[in-house]
Amino acid sequence: MQIKQLSVFIENKTGRLSTITGMLRDNHIDIRALSIADTKDFGIVRLIVTDTDKAYEVLKEANCMLKVSNVIGIGVADQPGGLAAVMDLLRDGGITVEYMYAYVSRIEDTAFVILRADNNQKAAELLQANGVKLLSAEDVCG
Amino acid sequence: MYWNENLECATLDEMRALQSFRLSQTVRRVYERVPLYRQRMDEAGVSPEDIRSVDDLHTLPFTYKQDLRDTYPYGMFAVPMNEIVRLHASSGTTGKQIVVGYTRKDLDAWAECCARALTAAGGTSEDIIHVSYGYGLFTGGLGVHGGAEKVGMTVVPVSVGNTKRQINILRDFKPTFICCTPSYALFLAETMEEMGITKEELALKVGIFGAEPWTEEMRREIESKLGLKALDIYGLTEIIGPGVAFECEAQTGMHINEDHFIAETIDPDTGEVLPEGSQGEIVFSCINKEGFPLLRYRTRDIGVLVREKCSCGRTLIKMKKPAGRSDDMLIIRGVNVFPSQIESVLLQLGNTAPYYQLIVGRVNNTDTLEIQVEITPEMFSDTVKSLEEQSRVIKQAVESTLGISAKITLVEPKTIPRVEGKAVHVVDTRKLHD
Repeated sequence: MQIKQLSVFIENKTGRLSTITGMLRDNHIDIRALSIADTKDFGIVRLIVTDTDKAYEVLKEANCMLKVSNVIGIGVADQPGGLAAVMDLLRDGGITVEYMYAYVSRIEDTAFVILRADNNQKAAELLQANGVKLLSAEDVCG
Repeated sequence: MYWNENLECATLDEMRALQSFRLSQTVRRVYERVPLYRQRMDEAGVSPEDIRSVDDLHTLPFTYKQDLRDTYPYGMFAVPMNEIVRLHASSGTTGKQIVVGYTRKDLDAWAECCARALTAAGGTSEDIIHVSYGYGLFTGGLGVHGGAEKVGMTVVPVSVGNTKRQINILRDFKPTFICCTPSYALFLAETMEEMGITKEELALKVGIFGAEPWTEEMRREIESKLGLKALDIYGLTEIIGPGVAFECEAQTGMHINEDHFIAETIDPDTGEVLPEGSQGEIVFSCINKEGFPLLRYRTRDIGVLVREKCSCGRTLIKMKKPAGRSDDMLIIRGVNVFPSQIESVLLQLGNTAPYYQLIVGRVNNTDTLEIQVEITPEMFSDTVKSLEEQSRVIKQAVESTLGISAKITLVEPKTIPRVEGKAVHVVDTRKLHD
C-alpha cells in the first residue's frame, strides 16, 4: 500500500515556492503533506496532494522538473516513543530510511509519517506484519 | 556527386598552378586599389612582382579584423562602388560591425562554392531545402540560398524565428534538406517534441549546419533527434560567407574551396606558418574575388589542415572541425578551455542535455568556473543523494578531461536561453573587474 508523492526540482531562487504553490492554488489542488530537502544550490520539494495527476500536468506545463515516486504513509501513536518504535522495527529489519517527514493528522492521538525506504516493499510488509497502521491514499488525501 | 569535378578533384600540380596565377593577379590588383595593402606591402618591402606563386604567400603581411574596423565602411573595397551589387555586414558579436561588398561575379563565385557544398551533401534539383539561417545583412541565409538555386533545388526561404511555424512548414512542405545553426537544430527538435510531432512526419534527409562550432557528440544528437545526416559548413563574412569550406558525406573534415581561398595554419603568437597537420590559427587569402579580396586574413579559428585523398574522391584540402575560435577560448587558471570541450564531456555522459552555460569569474585573484547544466528527467530523482552524485560525476568528468576543477550547478529546465542564431555559452564576469 503505497502513496504517490510528487517531487519537484527547484533552484534556490526567490519566488520559486510561491510560483509552485500558486499554480496548485489556481488549480484547486490541496497540499496534504510537504517537505523540502534543501542543499546549498538546489532544493527538492516533496508533495502529497489531493490530485497528483492534475498537479503533475500543471507543473509539467510550466517546465518544472518532476518525478512521481511511491512512498509509505504510516500512522504512529502521538506519544513519546511512538515513532521510535517504528524506527526500531526498520533497523532490526535492516532497512534504511532515505527520507522521512511527519505531518498533523486528522485522527486524534495519531501522527502521520511519510517515509521512503531503500526498499519500500520490504519496509511496508515488515511494518504491517508488526501491527503498524499503513495509510492509504484515501487516508492521506481523502 | 560533384558540382565541378575538374576543380574539386584536381591534381595538386593543377591546383597550385591555378592558385599561383590567381594569387599574383589578386596581389597586383589590391596593391593598386586598396591603400592599406599598398602601405603594408611597402612597409614589408614586398612588391607585387615578388609574388609569383603560392610559395611566396608567407611573405605578405597579415590582415586583421581591426584593419576592417579601421577602414570601415568601404576602405578595403577593391572596385568602384558602381561595380558592387550587394553589401553584407557581420553581426558584430565580438565588436563593431564590419561591411563587405560583392560584385556580380563574386555573387556567382559564392553561389558556386555553396552549390559544391550542397552537391557534396547529396543535393540535386529533386530536393527541397528549408533555409532557416537569417536572411538580411547576415551572410548565412542569402549565401546558401544562392547555392541552392544554382543547383536547382526548391528553396524555402524561411529565415529565423517563429519556431512552431517552421515546424509546421517542415511537416507540410516536406523539405529534404535543412540549413541552420546546430543549436537551432536542437531547439527545433525540442519544440517538435513539445508539439507532439515526430521526425517520421518530416522528410528531412540532410542537415547542413554552421555559423558556430559544434562537437561530434552534438552531431550524433541532432542526427538521432531529427533523423537526418548532419554535415558541417564553414564560412565567415570577411572571406565570403558560408561555403568557404564544406563537409562531404564522409564526415571527416571540411573541404576548402581552395581554388577560391588559400588556407594556411599559423602559430597565433609568432605568426609563423605551421606544416600541414599541425593545429593552429587558420588564415585565408581570397584569390578569386573582386569586391573584397582579403589577403592572409587572421580568422581567429583554431583548426588543422590535412591534404589527403578523401573517400568522396575530392582532392580539395580538408580542414578538421575547428576546436573553436581563439576568441571563444577561455584561459582559466592558465589552462586553455574551449566551450566545445565541455559540451563534449556533457554529451558523452549520456543523460545530460546540450544546454549549458559557463560562468567564469574571479575570486581573490583566482579564476572560478561554474558550469550550469539543465537537469533532465534521466538525472532527476527525489533524493538529494542521487542528485549530488550526478553533479559529482559531471565534475569529475570535466576535471579529468580539462584538468581544471569546476563548480557544477544543476538548473531548472528551459532556464538557459534558447537561441535562433549563435548560442551564448560563456558569461565571463572577469572582464568587469579588470
